[in-house]
Amino acid sequence: MTFKTVLLGATAAMGLATGAMAQDDKTKVGFIYVGPVGDLGWTYQHDQGRLAVEEEYGDKVETVYVESVPEGPDAERVLTQMALQGADLIFTTSFGFMEATMNVAQKFPDVKFEHATGYQRADNVSTYSARFYEGRAVQGLIAGEMTESNIIGYIGSYPIPEVIRGINAAYIQAKKVNPEVEFRVVWAYTWFDPAKEAEAAKALIDAGADVILQHTDSTAPQAAAQEAGDVITFGQASDMLDYAPKPRVSSIIDNWNQYYIDRVGAVIDGTWESKDTWDGIDAGMVEIGEITDAVPAEVKEAALALKDAIASGEVHPFTGPLKKQDGSDWLAEGEVADDATLAGMNFYVEGLTGDIPQ
Amino acid sequence: MIRLDRRPEPSRAWTIATPFVAVALTMVAGGLMFALLGKDPVEAIRTIFWDPLFGDFASYSRPQLLVKAGPLILIAIGLSLGFRAGIWNIGAEGQYILGAICAAATGLAIYPAETWIVFPAMIVAGALGGLLWAMIPALLKVRFGTNEVLVSLMLVYVAEALLASMSLGLLRNPEGMGFPGSRNLAQYPSAANLDLIPGTGLHWGVALAFAAVIVGQVVMTRHQLGFRVRLAGQSPRAAVFGGVNPGWLVVVCMGISGGLAGLAGMFEVAGPAGRLSIDFNVGYGFTAIIVAFLGRLNPIGILLAGLLMALTYIGGELAQLQMNLPLAAIQMFQGMLLFFLLAIDVLTNFSFRFGRRAVA
Amino acid sequence: MSNIDPILLLSAIIVVSTPILLAAIGELVVERAGVLNLGVEGMMITGAVCGFVVATATGSPWLGFAGAALGGALLSMVFGILTQLFLSNQVATGLALTLFGLGLSALLGQGYIGVKGPVVPDLYLPGLRDIPFLGPVMFRHDAMVYIALLIVALVWLFLNRTRAGRVLRAVGENHDAAHALGYKVVRLRLAAIAFGGACAGLGGAYLSLVRVPQWTEGMTAGAGWIALAIVVFASWRPGRLVLGAWLFGGATALQLALQASGGVQIPIEYLQMAPYLATILVLVILRAGRAPGSLGRPFHASS
Repeated sequence: MTFKTVLLGATAAMGLATGAMAQDDKTKVGFIYVGPVGDLGWTYQHDQGRLAVEEEYGDKVETVYVESVPEGPDAERVLTQMALQGADLIFTTSFGFMEATMNVAQKFPDVKFEHATGYQRADNVSTYSARFYEGRAVQGLIAGEMTESNIIGYIGSYPIPEVIRGINAAYIQAKKVNPEVEFRVVWAYTWFDPAKEAEAAKALIDAGADVILQHTDSTAPQAAAQEAGDVITFGQASDMLDYAPKPRVSSIIDNWNQYYIDRVGAVIDGTWESKDTWDGIDAGMVEIGEITDAVPAEVKEAALALKDAIASGEVHPFTGPLKKQDGSDWLAEGEVADDATLAGMNFYVEGLTGDIPQ
Repeated sequence: MIRLDRRPEPSRAWTIATPFVAVALTMVAGGLMFALLGKDPVEAIRTIFWDPLFGDFASYSRPQLLVKAGPLILIAIGLSLGFRAGIWNIGAEGQYILGAICAAATGLAIYPAETWIVFPAMIVAGALGGLLWAMIPALLKVRFGTNEVLVSLMLVYVAEALLASMSLGLLRNPEGMGFPGSRNLAQYPSAANLDLIPGTGLHWGVALAFAAVIVGQVVMTRHQLGFRVRLAGQSPRAAVFGGVNPGWLVVVCMGISGGLAGLAGMFEVAGPAGRLSIDFNVGYGFTAIIVAFLGRLNPIGILLAGLLMALTYIGGELAQLQMNLPLAAIQMFQGMLLFFLLAIDVLTNFSFRFGRRAVA
Repeated sequence: MSNIDPILLLSAIIVVSTPILLAAIGELVVERAGVLNLGVEGMMITGAVCGFVVATATGSPWLGFAGAALGGALLSMVFGILTQLFLSNQVATGLALTLFGLGLSALLGQGYIGVKGPVVPDLYLPGLRDIPFLGPVMFRHDAMVYIALLIVALVWLFLNRTRAGRVLRAVGENHDAAHALGYKVVRLRLAAIAFGGACAGLGGAYLSLVRVPQWTEGMTAGAGWIALAIVVFASWRPGRLVLGAWLFGGATALQLALQASGGVQIPIEYLQMAPYLATILVLVILRAGRAPGSLGRPFHASS
């Protein structure tokens, strides 16, 4: 007897037990989170998506979630329990859940899975992610225009493709509008440690940065910038409007609501298919928070124009000619980066200083 | 006035009864909390304690109890030896990480060759990794008198930085699209630590944890090492007169606990977890400290305490899933359970007497 | 290196070290009384949420700090009652306290996620703030920085210059002898534990009201553990505690400053390890002091 047959046996037995219960034709949607729902960042935004689904479909859906699930065997167990309990669709909202998602999906072919930011798919596993770098490009333009010291600070979490892509996208635009600009990247080596994020912001400000971009979720850098005075920042993950109009001059917001509503709707209609979604500003998955009056009108106009051009597909943030940091050629004149390279990006573009930790 | 009198020897009846009393008290207090949160207390408690064992899907969750309890028990057995001797290794989390790193590195170095040597080599590497990491605080203590609590704790953070570095650099999966994390060892047949009997959750690490319980019991009661450990714990001076070399004891106790923690990391990375990643460690090394004390530093007690902890984790997940209880409530519930278990223990060694003292 | 302004770096170190210094000075008193409370992280995070809740409700950060101290002290009494009256194991009870505190704080803070708290102003010290070098380093911070240092100084005075302090140390060194001399061991230890909880609460509130400032679950992110380590590092002496907190905060601030200054060739993962390795190294060089004799042992007055 293999593990699978035990499970299938269990599922069959369960089918009898809960058959009646399952008849209430509610669609059950599960969410598994890597952080607490109160982190006001990554997990918080996914949970907002869950609430949007509840709001949209009311009695037709039932949502369940488990928060702060460590990646690895714990995630696999939670996913299995969710599937056993009759979930029809499960969103696994962290890259680290990839293997657990694939394993459990294999055992439960009738349950549909949506894995955020991963690259493995199956007939019942979709992947979805947001093109945050599009938002970073807009931020980069504002940052390049606004800086007076020509030093822009960037707080990174870990050197993973997602973060590196954001640094590159912001740098390319900033450099375009301000050839003198220099980026200083501080790696915090943590996903979540507000105090350390505050220190990192302060260290960057002390080093002369007057614009801070962050790829960590807490508002600590905003507060540090406010304290320092003449420094501008951008909200991350959520809008962080509390710090507008200054230091927060704009923001980049993860908005999963529409995607979650669409995908749950597809399950309800029976039209759900496995697919890979990588949406950006255009689909509303990446939102640019209101640009405040601290930004001069013409800069704001240029930023909004760039945003529209990216949304319409007219402009791609990674358009040649571009070289890699080591001077080797990457994109020729007019050439646009392909998604595979972007997805696995592990190099800086020319002009950025410092090494990516390996 | 209520006063406590020390019993001449621990009460056998209370030794067995206290855990049940504690669980009952936790149910009352926890139930009250759940009721305050607007949840059905009876259902919540049933979900946490009953469903993982006998619920609809118990055939899945029962084996999972072993998977979750295995590393806790293995680490706690090692720690209990030192704790009894008054040697405080609280850095098992770091030793667990190093065991996993060394084992994964060994396995990946041989990858993709399929030979029987891979798995044993990884076991040796894992044990050595944990052992050597524990030798840093041990030798610093013996040579310079530095405090092992501090050094072993600091080394947890160093190990975490090392883990991040390995996941992002040296051991990163070259076919992983640039994402952090190593190859999946569970999908490399020669390295995989699979269930010995499929579907039971009983992998090599769990088997070793059970073996450690038995060996631990024998060592503590019958072996000279157990005698020396107990002597050193009761009276370090007497131990020195009794011919126990304190430095030797530090090295042995730290070595054993480090080695077992390293092995726990090895079995985890080769089996349930499958791969090294930035967030590979989930706090087993710290939870094992609670497990060790909850089990009264006794191997059988540790076995039961480990299973109980695993039960509350898995039951807690079910309660989140089925009743939308926040994780915070589960954590408080676990905390309460531990408080009651620890507090009620007083009945084992003391008896209550009511009334005033005869002599002031 | 040349890009780093020493004045700014030193000023940053003072601020970075304040929360761990606050939590550590409380724990130092607890351990001097012979009690090992490993629940500092749990008390800190509870203080962080209590402080934030009270401060936003009343609009006064100072009431917030008072609430944080009270919250931390109340939670520490759970530990106190269990370990002192029920004679439970201190190590395990302390760890359980951290688990409990993390849960409790998350529940208490549910309605406060994303709320912006009141601002804690810098203390304006005319004259002092304009002293060259020393002014910007030492005298341009918020009041809690000075209160933390004041608490350390008072603890030093208390332990070394007062009768009560000597009694507390005696209890920590040998509780049986202290009991025989007629000192109230349990009562004194409960008071020490409450003080430790209050200080940890203040440390947590410093994060949620000054440093970050906002409430988010799990925001202490391990600061309580560092505080514990620094007590051992300081060999239970208040003066060295400040040194330890500055050293640790300094290594953290320095590694971030090195990254921010650009052009550093040291791999970042090693910079991340630096604060911890530096602490071990200094400990080896300074040699550890002796722990209080009764540290962590249960006390039962058998008459």
